Amino acid sequence: MAHRLRQTVEHIGVPRLMIAGFLVIIFIIAYLTDMSVPQLITDSLVRVGMNGIIVLAMVPTISCGVGLNFGLPLGVLSGLVGALISMERGLTGFSGLFAAIAFAVPIAVVVGYLYALLLESVKGQEMMVGTYVGFSTVAVMCVFWLMAPFKNPELIWAIGGKGLRFTLTLGNHFGKVLNNFAVFRLFGVKISAGLLGFFLLFCLLIYLFYRTKLGIAMLAAGANPVFARSAGIEVRRMKAVGVVLSTVLAAIGIIVYAQSYGFLQLYMAPLMMAFPAVAAILIGGASLQRATILNVIIGTVLFQTLLTTALPVTSRVIQGDISEVARLIISNGMILYALTRSTGGK
Amino acid sequence: MERARRVLEMKGITKQYFGNTVLNDVSIDLCPGEIHALVGENGAGKSTLMNILFGMPVIHSTGGFSGEILIDGKKVELLSPAAAMQAGIGMVHQEFMLLPGFTITENIKLNRETTRKNALSRLLKSEFLDYLDVPAMRKDARTALDRLDLSIDEWLPVAGLPVGYMQFIEIAREVDKKEVKILVFDEPTAVLTETEADRLLGSLRRLAADGIAILFITHRLDEVMDVADRITVLRDGETVAMLNRDEAVVERIAELMVGRKVEKVELPPRDTDPSDKDIALTINDLLVDMPGEMVRGLSLSVRRGEILGIGGLAGHGKLGIANGITGLYSASGHVSKNGDNIPLNSPEQVLLKGLAFVSEDRRGVGLLLNEPIDRNIGVTAMQAQHKFLRPWPHFLPALRLENRGELRAYAEAMIRKLDIRCLGPNQPVRSLSGGNQQKVCVAKALALEPEILFVSEPTRGIDVGAKRLVLDLLVRLNREHNVTIIMTSSELGELRKICDRVAIVYRGRLAGILPPDASDAEFGLMMAGRVRKEAI
Repeated sequence: MAHRLRQTVEHIGVPRLMIAGFLVIIFIIAYLTDMSVPQLITDSLVRVGMNGIIVLAMVPTISCGVGLNFGLPLGVLSGLVGALISMERGLTGFSGLFAAIAFAVPIAVVVGYLYALLLESVKGQEMMVGTYVGFSTVAVMCVFWLMAPFKNPELIWAIGGKGLRFTLTLGNHFGKVLNNFAVFRLFGVKISAGLLGFFLLFCLLIYLFYRTKLGIAMLAAGANPVFARSAGIEVRRMKAVGVVLSTVLAAIGIIVYAQSYGFLQLYMAPLMMAFPAVAAILIGGASLQRATILNVIIGTVLFQTLLTTALPVTSRVIQGDISEVARLIISNGMILYALTRSTGGK
Repeated sequence: MERARRVLEMKGITKQYFGNTVLNDVSIDLCPGEIHALVGENGAGKSTLMNILFGMPVIHSTGGFSGEILIDGKKVELLSPAAAMQAGIGMVHQEFMLLPGFTITENIKLNRETTRKNALSRLLKSEFLDYLDVPAMRKDARTALDRLDLSIDEWLPVAGLPVGYMQFIEIAREVDKKEVKILVFDEPTAVLTETEADRLLGSLRRLAADGIAILFITHRLDEVMDVADRITVLRDGETVAMLNRDEAVVERIAELMVGRKVEKVELPPRDTDPSDKDIALTINDLLVDMPGEMVRGLSLSVRRGEILGIGGLAGHGKLGIANGITGLYSASGHVSKNGDNIPLNSPEQVLLKGLAFVSEDRRGVGLLLNEPIDRNIGVTAMQAQHKFLRPWPHFLPALRLENRGELRAYAEAMIRKLDIRCLGPNQPVRSLSGGNQQKVCVAKALALEPEILFVSEPTRGIDVGAKRLVLDLLVRLNREHNVTIIMTSSELGELRKICDRVAIVYRGRLAGILPPDASDAEFGLMMAGRVRKEAI
């Protein structure tokens, strides 16, 4: 009995059990302090659908052997440019959303490929280099936002008529189109089938990708490069495929995130985009060598639910706002924990 | 030479690794000024014996050893390399433990620098703050180099020196230690050219004449005959003989080294015996750049339908052959199958030409350890030959889905056929035993339906029973499916058991081909470089 219990614990993983336990406590406190539990769940589900695809973007780089994609802002920036082009054209609703994705994906493919070429030359330090590539590109893009030839008055500063605004409202374009699609209520919980369905659709696509010849070649290249070479797989190309795929997912992910949030945030906003995603997938049980779709789903649910519920509940209990501090401690602490655990061999 | 006094005695040394006895009651002793050679095949226990003498942590972390070590007649406990050095034992390593950016002098004197006091170090009573006495250090280094008859300048940086010199600098470092009375040389000539090796042997003699006792480990029997006063032969962890030079002849040593009873098993007969009239694979002037196993111009013809063994001592390039032809290490030369040229350095092309390879590095190259058995078996065939895939979309093969049903059925058939002991095709290969992992590797190669199969060290690290199963499996493949097999192994015994012919590689070239029933002495001599070409 004790043995089986230990096996189950080992299988699920101590960190996940602790977080899940913590969540249960939070929900109990919320119930006891007369907070609306269905509302908390509704908010959490929105956050899950909002962030899911960005977390999913971590899977291809991990499985092709590059590690966590700290260069995620590259994909995010590609997605922002795609969204801006769609908005400049004045597209609205679903056509606006899909146009944004359609514009963003080719940009992300090119950017991802160039990024892959760079990573190729810094083998073994991809995560460190990726972090700084992300940071510096965000800074360079700040200049681009100021200079970019966008003309739509909704996008640019009202005074001066040049340069994009810090935050753009998506209300008239494709704000909340997924969130408001196919919404239904279950036990008082508002569920957006559109938003969650879109996330799960991408999970399914990625799952299928890992069942294709290309996907399996990529897995093999990441798991054991020498084995892959002996099977006639070009490891370099597989890494490029993984990085491109991750960048594309990040681009789509930020568009979904923005439509859910209702605003497009430019300038320094994408700077730290990679870290919550990294934290989420690590909480989900992924390592630096291995990540599955299940890790993504579990990780996103645990991490985002924790962020959405812990903060209102704790501030209610201790009568003070520690939300930002708590968020930083949880997400960065989780990254630290996972990085120390993963580099010590298998 | 004083024969009466023993500077070192190792008595009744027995060592087990995880229940495996690797040394059994081995004794060896050294007199001052003597060169004592220790010879034996790979895995005979030479390195373990030296690790014990040098107090390496690997010995003590695996349960220590039994037996005793006496230095100058006094029992000593050598629990760490530092203790061994203090006891006067110096070791010249096979790998160079030198700092490339430092000068020769600095390398020789590293951590034993000659120093002068200065005001600060006197004040703080710390020798770490002393000045280095560079002229004195250079003088010491010069003396050490001169003892080895090495005229090289002592202030040159080590980086960029020829490999041969580095070995001498290692020796100079040991010689410079005043307390050294025993020097161990672990295959010092393995990386040297012949002139360099001669010079090294000269230095050995000079050092011995100075009264240092030398323990000399080598594969090369010529060198043994050249310098050794006494010779101890190890085989399978036991001392098989201790000879004085006057009673030793090369043939006798070779026989002692290799000699084990080869159990002759009746192999199933063939309809037609392979012959030189029908050649499956021709290798011409193959060069392979595999570190530690360089192939330097090897030519060989493989008969269709035979099992060809490739043997030789470690480091002579036998492993490089298969790794080079299958494209895992960069190679040049000409390889052709049925007259059809096989492009080198391209694993993909090699697989398409019907060659498959079971690597000697099972866990490193052969398997995806965290993946299940069926995927391990199928992935190479899937990638190289588009097997186990659903037909759609046929215009974009990269996006065709894996056909799990077909793969699983194939894996299950293989599990039955090769008798892989597992919980099912889902089990990750990491949790299989070595023998079963090896069978998965063979199954992986079979999924490619090869005409020619390279197998390297198929029985390394697996237990006796599994060894027999793997060897039987190879014979069955050869007889029933007519696969031409090229098997590389360090275990001469198994080569002689199942091969039709055994090619011996020496220094990256073919030394000769022997029939499996040739005598122990013939094999031993050929492996030790006494080439006696014989056409068979």
